[in-house]
Amino acid sequence: MTLMKSLMGAAATLALTAGAALAEPALIFDLGGKFDKSFNEAAFGGAQRWAEETGGSFREIELQSEAQREQALRRFAEAGANPIVTMGFAMADPLSSVAPDYPDTKFVVIDVTWLDVPNIRQVGFAEHEGSYLVGMMAAMASKTDTVGFVGGMDVPLIRHFGCGYAQGVKAVNPDATVIANMTGTTPAAWNDPVKGSELTKAQISQGADVIYAAAGGTGVGVLQTAADENILSIGVDSNQNHLHPGKVLTSMLKRVDIAVYDAMIAGEAVEPGVFSMGLAEDGVGYALDENNADLVTDEMKAAVDAARQKIIDGEIEVVSYYTDNSCPALKF
Amino acid sequence: MEKMPKWADVVLIPLISLLLAAGLSALVILAIGEDPTAAVKLMVDGALGSSYGWGYTLYYATNFMFTGLAVAVAAHAGLFNIGGEGQAMLGGLGVALICLFIPWPHWTLALLFATLGAGLFGAAWAAIPAYLQAKRGSHIVITTIMFNFIAAAVLNYVLVNVLKPPSSMDPASARFSDTIHLPTLHELLTPLGIAFSKSAPANVSLLVAIAACLAVWLLIWRTPLGFEIRAFGKSEAGARYAGISPVKITIITMMISGALAGMMAINNVMGEAERLVLNATEGAGFIGIAVALMGRNHPFGVFLAAILFGFLYQGGAELALWTNIPRELIVVIQALVILFTGALDNMVRIPLERIFLALRKESN
Repeated sequence: MTLMKSLMGAAATLALTAGAALAEPALIFDLGGKFDKSFNEAAFGGAQRWAEETGGSFREIELQSEAQREQALRRFAEAGANPIVTMGFAMADPLSSVAPDYPDTKFVVIDVTWLDVPNIRQVGFAEHEGSYLVGMMAAMASKTDTVGFVGGMDVPLIRHFGCGYAQGVKAVNPDATVIANMTGTTPAAWNDPVKGSELTKAQISQGADVIYAAAGGTGVGVLQTAADENILSIGVDSNQNHLHPGKVLTSMLKRVDIAVYDAMIAGEAVEPGVFSMGLAEDGVGYALDENNADLVTDEMKAAVDAARQKIIDGEIEVVSYYTDNSCPALKF
Repeated sequence: MEKMPKWADVVLIPLISLLLAAGLSALVILAIGEDPTAAVKLMVDGALGSSYGWGYTLYYATNFMFTGLAVAVAAHAGLFNIGGEGQAMLGGLGVALICLFIPWPHWTLALLFATLGAGLFGAAWAAIPAYLQAKRGSHIVITTIMFNFIAAAVLNYVLVNVLKPPSSMDPASARFSDTIHLPTLHELLTPLGIAFSKSAPANVSLLVAIAACLAVWLLIWRTPLGFEIRAFGKSEAGARYAGISPVKITIITMMISGALAGMMAINNVMGEAERLVLNATEGAGFIGIAVALMGRNHPFGVFLAAILFGFLYQGGAELALWTNIPRELIVVIQALVILFTGALDNMVRIPLERIFLALRKESN
């Protein structure tokens, strides 16, 4: 009976996943959803690239609610998935309780750097450095000397984005105004394009003509409204320039895809520990392609590339919001 | 005279509804190019094929028993409590406050007071709509559903501004202390020599839920209060004539109902997450409506229906994990089951009654 059951189960699993081998990697998306055109989609892109290059397959799940995080982690670990790649800071607490139960499984988490568990690879990004660069571009492209920032959920991570952005803006134009709004205080704020659109309209009415969205799926609404109202926007995480060609000034790239790809390539041998990806590691940057080539002037590009080098060399220090939970250039 | 035999009402109607829902779900799965038989096998195997699956099925079932009983008790008084979701959320807040701020020496004591706290918070949350219904005639369906939204907003505020540890970004409370960890089924069954999965969340609150089923049965059919509740539910005018106060019965019934819904939090907040997170209820308050309807408002029926819905929930989670069926469609499938077993009861009942009447005429 038990044998029959496990056979049936195995058959079902096989039929549904077309010949999956054990110890394949798993990917757990955060609440914004797999196709948020941003953070989670970048991770999916990285995993896809790994699958195409190696011919491997991976498991994935889109979480439906906060309470599912621990179950998804345990289920993948029980089934022998390795490594298990997870997205977002909200995984920190579930991971700290699940990972010690499965010492032979490697876990990877993006945007968490403070856990003390030996089998977790924690990858953090220097978002403030990348945001600084797009902030400079925003200030140069603005005609009204007013630029906007729409954040997703109001957490230190997003203030960290906004803070770097404001510093970049002020570096170019100390008199410029930065308007900052957050979408909400719960994870629902990662996937609320309607609210993103409303905030964009409100910022436009205050004179903003370049708006940076660091809001996951909510950013889709920001970019859409900015394009409709004929002002410029800045995308985040993934390259979002193609969403509205000629209307998106640039995108602040956070190479989540590289972090996920690297973890999957390393497979079970992925190295645990805390890793930081900044400008020097090409973990963050700005996007330049045919969709925004006409928007980015040579002068802009020269200034930003110079600043990039100076940040890497340590000549410019972009203050991190995390240092003392406050920002010199922007009040939230 | 009954239009159809009792067994048809209790067994046949839910079964046909379930088959209809399953059939439609199969069509949905076919339409997106997946194999429905494999999906069913996966659900059955994932939810019932291992002690791990059973652990999750029973965990969800515990939630649904509490919320199902909540709806059933209110239904006996002719009140439709749609606010189980909000009452369970507030119950979670009560559990979190009790577990976080009082240093309990042992889990048994903590469980006792957490159950009381959860019940108290849930009852208080249900008392407001009950008062509005009894004294002001505001319809209970509207007010309880509104109170779900208020509860979500209250919880949101409390988690973000009060309970969230300063160093954390996630809107969730700190973890409860290890001393008040509730024993899981694994820990309960190992001394008896039964091997049960270590990582499944079903815990001692399952026993509390079963005790609650028994208590509700006693309350409704073996106490004067239960008699008054049923009398009021059958006919308000009749009850009034018999000297039963409608205000008192409405408020007391709703508070019992709210307390039952709130007590769900000892399972999901104290037993599973061991901290308070947003959306901890995962829709159990609404599932409770379908559970009560399917269980015909009888505690034993609620018990069985809760296990069925626990299976569907856990099976659905397995589908999300092991197939490429997108999460939106899994919600569609779960919604179909609720729609058929809960809301579309009469669609199956009326033709079935006709069939039974026709059969009876023939045999006469």
